[in-house]
Amino acid sequence: MLHVRIRHRIGSLRIDAGFTAPDRGVTALYGPSGSGKTTLVNAVAGLVRPDGGRIAAGERILFDSATRTFVPPERRRVGYVFQDGRLFPHMSVRSNLVYGMRRGTAGERRVNLERIVDLLGIGGLLGRRPGTLSGGEKQRVAIGRALLASPRILLMDEPLASLDPARKDEVLPFVSLLARDIGLPILYVSHSVDEILRVADVVVHLVGGRCAASGRVERMLLPLTGS
Amino acid sequence: MGRAPTPLEIQALLLSLRVAAVAVAVALPAGVCVAWILARFEFPGKTLVDGIVHLPMVVPPVAVGYGLLLVLGRSGPLGGLLERAGITLAFDWKGAAVAAAVMGFPLLVRSVRLSMESVDRGLESAARTLGVRPARVFFTVTLPLVTPGILTGIILAFARSLGEFGATITFVSNIPGETRTLPLAIYGFTQTPGGEIGALRLCVIAVAVSLAALVISEVASRRLAARMGG
Repeated sequence: MLHVRIRHRIGSLRIDAGFTAPDRGVTALYGPSGSGKTTLVNAVAGLVRPDGGRIAAGERILFDSATRTFVPPERRRVGYVFQDGRLFPHMSVRSNLVYGMRRGTAGERRVNLERIVDLLGIGGLLGRRPGTLSGGEKQRVAIGRALLASPRILLMDEPLASLDPARKDEVLPFVSLLARDIGLPILYVSHSVDEILRVADVVVHLVGGRCAASGRVERMLLPLTGS
Repeated sequence: MGRAPTPLEIQALLLSLRVAAVAVAVALPAGVCVAWILARFEFPGKTLVDGIVHLPMVVPPVAVGYGLLLVLGRSGPLGGLLERAGITLAFDWKGAAVAAAVMGFPLLVRSVRLSMESVDRGLESAARTLGVRPARVFFTVTLPLVTPGILTGIILAFARSLGEFGATITFVSNIPGETRTLPLAIYGFTQTPGGEIGALRLCVIAVAVSLAALVISEVASRRLAARMGG
């Protein structure tokens, strides 16, 4: 279980939110832009140090303002797929994929390069540079790169936001596949009801930096489609 | 005019190249560090540090050379220490390299810093979420991405070093074979009756070397750009 409870001020937005994400399936952080979704996932990844609060992955404390605990991002084992991909432009697709693979022993890895390449259908791209890939290809490589660093949880911040509808369908099926086949919990940020209905198991609804509601997607479905 | 270069001309050219190469090699690691600090950190006195780095660009080179003489000369505070360690800079080609390094330093820092400021910090964050420590992120992500800026900085500092005159002649004088680089040799010829042809020939050599350096850097940065983009 991922427990998040943070307070943080960023510009005029005052975030004071908490939620719990189960160890299985996809938990969606849903809300309009400016509701604090990205700040929350950045805090989970360790890219933002909140003003106060506590973040724990199971028994492992990642952040606790009371004890001044702050685990740096490189030791959190938290994978992150960014909205803009953030592939390393000076490396081939293959080098991007294996960049984080040095971490951990082979036995700890749930996935290997062949399996990921096969799963994401990116075998033909390995020798190419990120600059020559389409948006959908970039995001699939970014997912592969995050997975190969053996994370215990995967964060996805609007991974489809920069893609056109056809490209979205090229990436979206993999999200549910990952959660199911690899057994990796996913925290999925989106402001699109459609995406959430397709991938999420649990929904956390954020409004103005606060958690307005949360629950199973079936239970949350009605107010979401109504909004 | 059509004669092959004389041993004296070759000596001045090789000395210039050696002084400039050593100057850049010495200035480069420090320059990258300073550029990184200025690009990435906010701290009290940053403007002052920035100003000190740029000082050699705005102060008369002769004044810089005199400063070096005061600090690094035989009777200077640092020069005395170095002397005891067996390193003499004053009136030595190594001193010429130090003068050239100091004069080229601001150019190096400027281009590396500019390049470093344009690196997407998000890429560094992404690297850290992949389990890589900041030091390794610097060498595997930041540094490769600023290579174009480093290359430009190297060429600018190298060119500045090749042309260095004022600081060099003040700090290490004009000793044939030791500190008489191309510009100093040209100056020497212009001060000698009948030296016009000699000065002109050295000018042609200086132009050829500088042009070659610029062409090489242009080709290299185009190749780099192609590698990054494609």
